[in-house]
This record gives sequence, C-alpha cells and structure tokens, in this order.
Amino acid sequence: MPTTPTPSTSSLSRPRWLLPFGWFAVLFFVGAQATALLLSQPDRDMGHLQKIMYVHVPSAWVSMIAFFVVFVASVLFLLRRDIKYDMVAAAAAEVGVILTALTLALGSIWGRPTWGIWWTWDPRLTTTAILLLIYVGYMSLRSFTEDEDRRARWAAAVGILGFLNVPIVYMSVRWWRTIHQVQSTPDTVDPYYVIGLRLNAFAFLFLFIFFVGMRYYIARLERARAAHLEQEAFVAREVHV
Amino acid sequence: MMRAELSRVGAIVWKDLTAERRTKANFNAVVFLAGLILLLFGFALGPDQDALRNVAGGVLWLTVLFSGVLSFNRSYEQELENGALELLLLYPGDRRSIFLGKLLANLAFVVLVEVIMVPAAALLYDLPVWEVILPLSVVLFLGTFGFVTLGTFYAAMASRLRAREVLLPLLLFPMLIPLLVGAVQATGGILNGDLMGQTGAWIRLLIVYDVIFFLGALFAFEYVIED
Repeated sequence: MPTTPTPSTSSLSRPRWLLPFGWFAVLFFVGAQATALLLSQPDRDMGHLQKIMYVHVPSAWVSMIAFFVVFVASVLFLLRRDIKYDMVAAAAAEVGVILTALTLALGSIWGRPTWGIWWTWDPRLTTTAILLLIYVGYMSLRSFTEDEDRRARWAAAVGILGFLNVPIVYMSVRWWRTIHQVQSTPDTVDPYYVIGLRLNAFAFLFLFIFFVGMRYYIARLERARAAHLEQEAFVAREVHV
Repeated sequence: MMRAELSRVGAIVWKDLTAERRTKANFNAVVFLAGLILLLFGFALGPDQDALRNVAGGVLWLTVLFSGVLSFNRSYEQELENGALELLLLYPGDRRSIFLGKLLANLAFVVLVEVIMVPAAALLYDLPVWEVILPLSVVLFLGTFGFVTLGTFYAAMASRLRAREVLLPLLLFPMLIPLLVGAVQATGGILNGDLMGQTGAWIRLLIVYDVIFFLGALFAFEYVIED
C-alpha cells in the first residue's frame, strides 16, 4: 500500500479571522442597509426608487477597487513570481465581475422608471459594460489555461493592460457622447443620503474583503488538492511498474 | 547591439512574409472575406446611398476588425508545428525582437488587405476617397497600428489554447473600443466633412492609445512568450 503524502494541514487551515470577519461583514451590511432605508426620506422626484443607490453606487465603487487590486496583484506577481499574488488577482477579479454585473443590473432597474429606458450610451454606463467584458475575457483566459505558471503570467499581463485601458475607455466614450448630446447624469446626492451611502460603501468593502479572503482560501485548497492528486497518480504508476 | 536586434526583427518579418507570400491562401481568403463583409453591411444597412455614406466609417472599421482578427492567430500557429516556437526562443537576443517582428509582419498583412479593401469600399459606398487620401491614410495607419499591436499581443496567448477562435476576439475587442470609437469618428469626419472640428482630437486619441499599448505590450510580451 503506497503511502500517499498528505499536505500539511497547518498551512491549509482557514485563517482564523475569516469567518468572524465574514459574520461581521454580513451584519454590518444588514445594519447599513436598514439605517439607510429608514433614515432617508423619499426623494422629491424619484420617491423610494432613490434607495437603490445604497446598493448600486457601493457596488460600482467597490468593483473599481477590485480591478485595482487585480492590477496591483498582477504587477506584484510579475515582479516577485509568487503564486499567492496570482491567487489574490484571480479572487479579486471574480468578485469584481460579480459586482460589475450587479452594478449594471441595478442601474438598469433604476433607469427604467427614472429615465424611461433600460439602457443609455452614458459614459459611465458604457465604461462599466466594457469593464465587465474585459474582465470576463480575463477570466475565460484563466479557465482555458491549464498550466499554473503560464496562467499566472498570462493573466497578469492581461490584468495590467486591461486596467490601463479603463481611463482611456472612459475618456473616449465621454468625448464620443458629448459630440452627440449633453449627457444627463442625475448624481447630485442630497446631504442626508450621504450617511447611508457611506455606511453601505464600507459594508460592500467589508464584504469584498471577506469574499476575496474566502476565494483565496479556496484557491489554496484547490491547488493543494491538484498537487495531491498528481502525487497520487505518480505513486500509483510507480506501483504498477 | 541595436543593429543586431534590428536584423533579428528584420529576419522574423522576412520569414513570416515569405511564408505568407508562398502560400497566399490566407491572404486571398481574408481579402475576399473583407469584400464579403462590405457587401453584407451594404445589404443590412442599404440601399439608401446617402445613409450608407454616413455610416461608412463604422462599416470600414468593423470590416478591418472582423477580417484582420483572423490573421493574428495564424502568425503563431505556424510556429507551433515542429516546435518552431521553442527554436525561435532559443536564439540569442531580446525576446521583444520576436514581438516586433511579428507585429511588423502582421501590420504589413493588414495594410495590404486595406489597400484592396478601401478602394472596394469607395466603389460600393460611393465614398470620395481620392480627395482625402492623405488624412485618410494617416487615420487608417494609426488605427491599424493599435489594432495589430494588441492583436499580435493577445494572439501570442490565444493561439496556444484550445478555444483560440473565440478567445482572441473575446480578449481583443473590448480592449479595442476606444480605438474603434476614435478611428470611426476620425474617418467619418474626413469622409463626410468635419463640422465640429473634432477630427484632430480623435487623431490625438489614436496616437495616445497606440503609444500606451505599444509600450505596454512590448513590456508584457516577454512574460507571455516564455515557457
């Protein structure tokens, strides 16, 4: 009976802060939402529809943070060649894509009754959609690349170029739009909405940190499992020979 | 030192273009596909000649993108047979010479396709191409340079994967949106009259885009090509 080496459990155990922090993030989110919903009066024009701001705007902000984390982790990976930076980039990209999709969906739900349309070629809206596509491409590249080192290098290169493109996309779409019509972005936030918005921005940030921490932990487990299976197959082949 | 790198770049350009010239199969197919796409846009958007002329800039650039994207993967696929890429990497010198060589060969390929495609578009869409040939060539070159730079860069990855046909456009096209917007606006301004005086600004956007992504791709290429 070949002895299969088991990866040391100490290095793979879940970080002790992760679950308590997760509970804290969820409870903080519930509290921030409740505070914001109860505190703010119905908007003069939009009524209660305004309250979608407390999920739409924080997810947009935090998705930008997520893509910035992808960029920084990608640069660090290419400089230091430590696989942990690649796992951080992958985790942040996944959460970023989810938040971007959420931003677009919530924005559409808000835009339909407010602007009368689901979609408009507004610079921010269009940039968000392009960002979603760029990082969906990033994730498909990851899923099609099997070799770990190659995947990390390629994803880092794509993650860096993708982030460089963000300001260029935004500027180009803005110029493109101003030629055709003056853009309408009703984004003036009244003072008593600010507290609710800020609380929820932090709530989303905490959730983001928790998700990335969790995803990073899972990526480490997956990596250990792949190494374990490889080792087993290797040992089994030796026994047959 | 500089001369040695330049001769390496030249050798790769010569090798790729010779392989292309001796078969011509790919070039002919891409040229006919470009003509076909021009016709398809005509059927989809026509037959009103004035309406077609107004959207000609967009049609022209989408035709360049859709036909040109087919040439980038091929540029590396020919290296994947018989371990040619490994041999190419074993040669001494800077890896960036490989990128520059592939970039220039692809640029020559797409520019040649355009040399045939643009007059064809001028005929089909009744465009006043000859009166504005100089500014139009500048915009075509700037747009094509950025397109080929990123196409050559992403194909270095996509061509080595199973899903190369879908993965290359999926990676490349979202990145090209600023370039597409700038190139279409500048081309439209040149062809249909630049009422707002915006064409110069769009050309500057194309230059900035080209410089940023040329340097970015040049820097990132050595991490992509090594194995």
